[in-house]
Amino acid sequence: MPDLRKLGIGSIEALLILVIAVMVIGLSLTTSTFLTLPNLFDLLNQSSVNIIFAVGLLVVLIAGGIDISFAVGASVVQYLTALTVMRLGGGNWALGFLASAAFGFLMGAINATFIYRFRIVSIVVTIATFNVFFGGLMFLTGGVSIYDLPDWWMNRVSLITLKTSSGVADLALPVAVMFATVVATWFLLRRTTTGRQLYAMGDNPEAARRVGINIGAMHYIAFGWLGMMAGIAGLMQAHYVQEVVPNALYGRELDVLAAVVLGGARLGGGRGTILGAILGILLTAITANGLNLLGISPYAFKMIIGAVILIAITLSSGGFAKLVGSRFASQRVKAFS
Amino acid sequence: MISAASQDRPAPERRHAGAASVAVVDTQRTELLKLDNISKIFGGVKALQSIKFDVMPGEVLCLAGENGCGKSTLIKVISGVYQPEPDAVMLMDGQSIEGLDPAKARELGIQVIWQDLALFPEMTVAENIAFEQNLGPRPRLVNYRQMKVAARRILERLGVSIDLGRSVRSLSIAQRQIVAIARALVADARLVFMDEPTASLSHAETEALLKIVRRLSADGIAVVFVSHRLAEVLDVCTRVTVLRDGQYVGTFPTAGMTQTRLTELMTGRTFDYAVRTTDLSAAPIVLQVADLTRRGEYDAVSFAVRKGEILGVTGRLGAGRTELALSLFGMTRPGAGSISLDGKKLSLGSNRDAIRAGIAYVSEDRLQLGLVQPQSIGDNTVAAVLDDLLDATRLISLKKRDSLITDWIQQLAVKIGKPEDAVSTLSGGNQQRIVLAKWLATNPKLLILDSPTVGVDVGARAGIFAIIHKLAAQGMAILLISDEIPEVYFNADRILHMRNGRVVREYVPGATSIDQIERDVHA
Amino acid sequence: MKTSSSQRSAIAFVPADVVGLLGFLAVVVVAMSFASDRFFSADTFVSVAFQLPELGLFTLAMLMPLISGGFNLAVTFTANISGLAMAWVLHAHGGADAGAGVIILGIAAALATGAASGWVMGAIIARTGASPILVSLSMMIFLRGLGEFMTHGGDISGFPPAVLVMGNGLLLGVPVPLWIFAGCAAVWHVVMTRSRLGFATRMIGSNLEATRYSGIATTRAVTRIYMLSGLMCGVAGIVMLASFNSVRVGHGEAFLLISVLACFLGRVDPFGGFGRVVPVVIALVILQVIASGLNLLGANQHLATALWGVFLLAVMLLRWAWANGFFQSLVRRRVTASGGVTQ
Repeated sequence: MPDLRKLGIGSIEALLILVIAVMVIGLSLTTSTFLTLPNLFDLLNQSSVNIIFAVGLLVVLIAGGIDISFAVGASVVQYLTALTVMRLGGGNWALGFLASAAFGFLMGAINATFIYRFRIVSIVVTIATFNVFFGGLMFLTGGVSIYDLPDWWMNRVSLITLKTSSGVADLALPVAVMFATVVATWFLLRRTTTGRQLYAMGDNPEAARRVGINIGAMHYIAFGWLGMMAGIAGLMQAHYVQEVVPNALYGRELDVLAAVVLGGARLGGGRGTILGAILGILLTAITANGLNLLGISPYAFKMIIGAVILIAITLSSGGFAKLVGSRFASQRVKAFS
Repeated sequence: MISAASQDRPAPERRHAGAASVAVVDTQRTELLKLDNISKIFGGVKALQSIKFDVMPGEVLCLAGENGCGKSTLIKVISGVYQPEPDAVMLMDGQSIEGLDPAKARELGIQVIWQDLALFPEMTVAENIAFEQNLGPRPRLVNYRQMKVAARRILERLGVSIDLGRSVRSLSIAQRQIVAIARALVADARLVFMDEPTASLSHAETEALLKIVRRLSADGIAVVFVSHRLAEVLDVCTRVTVLRDGQYVGTFPTAGMTQTRLTELMTGRTFDYAVRTTDLSAAPIVLQVADLTRRGEYDAVSFAVRKGEILGVTGRLGAGRTELALSLFGMTRPGAGSISLDGKKLSLGSNRDAIRAGIAYVSEDRLQLGLVQPQSIGDNTVAAVLDDLLDATRLISLKKRDSLITDWIQQLAVKIGKPEDAVSTLSGGNQQRIVLAKWLATNPKLLILDSPTVGVDVGARAGIFAIIHKLAAQGMAILLISDEIPEVYFNADRILHMRNGRVVREYVPGATSIDQIERDVHA
Repeated sequence: MKTSSSQRSAIAFVPADVVGLLGFLAVVVVAMSFASDRFFSADTFVSVAFQLPELGLFTLAMLMPLISGGFNLAVTFTANISGLAMAWVLHAHGGADAGAGVIILGIAAALATGAASGWVMGAIIARTGASPILVSLSMMIFLRGLGEFMTHGGDISGFPPAVLVMGNGLLLGVPVPLWIFAGCAAVWHVVMTRSRLGFATRMIGSNLEATRYSGIATTRAVTRIYMLSGLMCGVAGIVMLASFNSVRVGHGEAFLLISVLACFLGRVDPFGGFGRVVPVVIALVILQVIASGLNLLGANQHLATALWGVFLLAVMLLRWAWANGFFQSLVRRRVTASGGVTQ
């Protein structure tokens, strides 16, 4: 039995893989359409945007914060990007990515400033910026969508197209971008000293400060990264649906947060893996897909996800360890020779 | 009243392995660190006044003093966190140190291991030890292999083995401490300060730690133990520098030093060398503990406390005293044995059961567990007796509440501004009086005091003990747990010595000399 | 991010902050009157009086969890589910023709539902030590899903006229919902100032472990805090059902932010341990006046949403500035400059 830990698979990831495997088996047996290439490719296409969001949010959770404004922030970035490329005469993918990432970073930096500079708890700041971004966007745009995006943005880009017995299986561009962002985030978190410092800050902020980590910079990097990922996710979402709709991403933040938490990240910081986040998203995507194929009301989805997270939190919280905050009780040494 | 003056002879040379293998301090060599005229003023308050301090290479020195004496401030000055007042003399290897800040201090090889260790629990041992590699002005790629190599090398040097891939969260306190030391060493430390390192360690773990300290010392690394625990100071170090109220008292060799003398130096007060001579033969037994056992904490503990008796419990760190107290208070459940109060066997499901039965516990950790610091003095005082303050409508009667608060503040002579002030505004001694008020309001039959004078300044201690003696005179049974042998010797009717979770001996102050007890405890 | 909590002294909550808020209220009213001449009229007061209770009930639901150092993100959907429970009971027994007994049963169902979901959250938070933000967020997702599942996203309507009176009628010239809110606020005030649970809430908010050592049953207290929060959500759900004669999942979503805002404006400490009902109620009035004023000015719904966000940030910024002595130093400078007191 290989040491799973060395492969980076912890107990939560292993459990998720197991659950997903069970669901996949169950769905292939009960529906004829689940285990078909078109369906699976579709699943991947649709999850890609959420996975891009998820790896961004993961960074913030690991650093010890939370952000619920990133989805509506992504909508703002979509709009700004659209306006920018149209103002600059059409643009291209390079400009699109650049603009999305830059505007996204800006949204994240706004959050970071209120959280770090003005010492306001991140949940409160991002509840506020959520409202400012969304309300502001809807007010200024009048809720109007943008249909006439430049061709490069609108034209469907297929990575792989296969004709199968169950239909055409098409893997779209967002999957490739998703792959790139996952690798980039993995690289940041696991292979750079900056990523390790983010983990440290989330794990023990006081120790991080003492050891010399630049806490301010870490805030901007974490929220900025989420902003960039959100911007890119928005770029892909607009590409996929071929229009920019200001309230299309409204509420997405909760789905993504739920999935990332399922994948093992916690609000306390210092914990969470890329694999876990991806598995969390896949789990929720397969659940939604399965419910759809089984003809169960789509409304059941949120209910199931909410219940699952509550159960997951209850089972995995490490029991009373969190309740016991004091140095003494938590550090009671047992052994004596 | 038996005067113990004749018993205060210098202790015979104690053969502790530590001193024997530490390099004899060679006064011909230059000091590793030499400080003179170190002062620090915070908003008009002199935290440090013209402190002298020097450490020889490879020495194990103790920096001792009561809480608030300036130890922490001095360490922060040495490690570059604070700047001393002008005209300070700071020499390292004979060279003057200019512009000391935390980064420069680390460069010079000065490392501080604070009591909270400042580790990253979710990260691995290797990463914690080699964390310095993850820092630096520019982001770089992480070299995990290099970190593992460095970590393994250091652990080998320390003579310990810990799985490098484990998360620090999964380690015991002792192991975490080793990780903290290893981290300090990776940074090429030459002078390591350790703040109260043995606070939560068992006897075996303390020995293991001291072994490591001796290795460091043999390597030429100086270790400064910062402590107010007499036992630790005298056992481990060859010299002790004593601070008191921000001032330099002196530096003394530990050979020939007694706990009593050390206490006098640290507190500036001589002991009232009187032992208690209460006649308790007619007093009924209040607490009877029989064969109490809790695996890993204490084993087959049996004793009794009578009405009006003060039973002292002492021992080395890790003896199991606080663990025992927590079980008596209902916080933990013993695996075997029985606890009886006034003849009735108790089954304590929680501390609320204990309180209802008449047992009160004054925790060692006043700041985190004894009081809710940001809340008011009044609220802290009534926290344990809300059920007694209800009026006919089952709501808290403000009149009853206010009169209870005023009563106790008066009775215990607590110096406060207003009851609405936060309890954090009080001095340590007055805070402890509020803690006592809180528990006395529950009308306990048994009062357990766990290191009740920690963090209480010198002048206030006598006042606290006066209250304790008066309570005993009024018939309360008191369990006095303390590390400090003079504290139990001069305040208890009997003393239990616990070691490794067992009660090994019982003493009667007066019948046995304080020296003998010190020898037994530190054998 | 974990930021260090500023040391707060439990100063006797002198009416100084109440006076300050009342002053702020006066300023707002004056400003609004200048902005629109239709503002200072009986109609406006009536509209404020009718709309305040909904916001007020949600704020009361948010209050105790906040003071205990936690959070309840599920308030609005708990209210929706409670309303659904009542609607279900009414519809199962006659719908628009249901009698008084059924209405009472419906109210009981709503309250029980709210209390039950609050209880579940509280139990999980108390026993597992999980983050209240996470637990209430998950519950929010669950309840929303449950509600949408049951209603398929639509409205449920058709209730007896008696119910409508509860939401839109006047009793002694005062809107019935306002009576309900006033009653609830009074109960909350008594709970916070005179009950053991209120005492426990504050202590737990400052230091859970020390409170436990003092012999207070903290697990039970935390469970009850969230249960009461849920109960209040139940009341809110009833009032919303009665005011609009319909239940829709998602109704009242905007109130989440505004209730948090009302608490912080009302001097509740974001880090827990401190907070009183009276200043929060005044803060509520201020916010409702602003809301009604914006409404009157024809401000766009979305603009209002954005402004609330800005307002919340502004309030937190002002707290930060105050905590860092900006205002004190301003005052000192002015006094010194005028040749007065030397420092």
